[in-house]
Amino acid sequence: MWIYEKALQHPVRVSRPDLSFAKLVITQYGGPDGELGASLRYLNQRYSMPTGQAKALLTDIGTEEMAHMEMIAALVYKLVDGASPKDFEEAGWGGQYAQHNHGLFWTDANGVPWCASYIACLGDPIADLTEDMAAEQKARVTYEHLIHLTDDPCVKDTLRFLWEREVVHFQRFGEMLNTVQEHMEKKNMWCGCEVEE
Amino acid sequence: MNCEQQMRMLIEVQEMQFVALELNLYLDTHPCDKDAINDFNCAVEMLTKYKQAYEKEYGPLLNFGIGGYTDEAWQWVNSPWPWQL
Repeated sequence: MWIYEKALQHPVRVSRPDLSFAKLVITQYGGPDGELGASLRYLNQRYSMPTGQAKALLTDIGTEEMAHMEMIAALVYKLVDGASPKDFEEAGWGGQYAQHNHGLFWTDANGVPWCASYIACLGDPIADLTEDMAAEQKARVTYEHLIHLTDDPCVKDTLRFLWEREVVHFQRFGEMLNTVQEHMEKKNMWCGCEVEE
Repeated sequence: MNCEQQMRMLIEVQEMQFVALELNLYLDTHPCDKDAINDFNCAVEMLTKYKQAYEKEYGPLLNFGIGGYTDEAWQWVNSPWPWQL
């Protein structure tokens, strides 16, 4: 069960609409290292985690990623607010207007639609937690690239908040990887059975 | 509607919720840290207070009955959506 809270995790503001930047930041909505993929990756990997701690962490970070997805959606919504068809065309984003108008869609910065192959689930806690750590690093770098591409201080504030969350999540996943490895040392690594002492 | 006051009260909720969220993630990997458990419970107490104050003025923050009672009017459909604030 999930409950919706009618508030953003962190305020999202823009100084002015900026279609060119909306076209780029949409990748954190539906791109390979974006927030949709992040939330689905963690919430889907929970089921094959071996400990209550690991299930809890993936549930909680997966839920937080949904809140980040909403922040990116709010950011794009504000960046395209009031834009005319001509504005979209001039920003090189006429295709967005033609297919979606002011509606949001899951694509990366190059218009490539979201794809389930962006995420993995091997059903192996070590492989999956390592994938999660890599995913957090890729999202961190993408936020750094995006921060370099805008001069709006309000937009930078939102992106910096999200950047920092990737760093914290990486830390927590690293701790969980150690805990899960210790847990698995008690088991035979080939058959998953308890080792006879 | 006093928009400035609403924003101020919402920021109180958001800030304390962030404290609780950070401690929640920390406790997932450090479940035996007594100080963090104490901090978490303090944050929950403050968060409950801020949430109740906000919801009393502006209606439920959470859907499906979790956010508490509604006014005589169905506030959920009329209070502003997060991306519009």
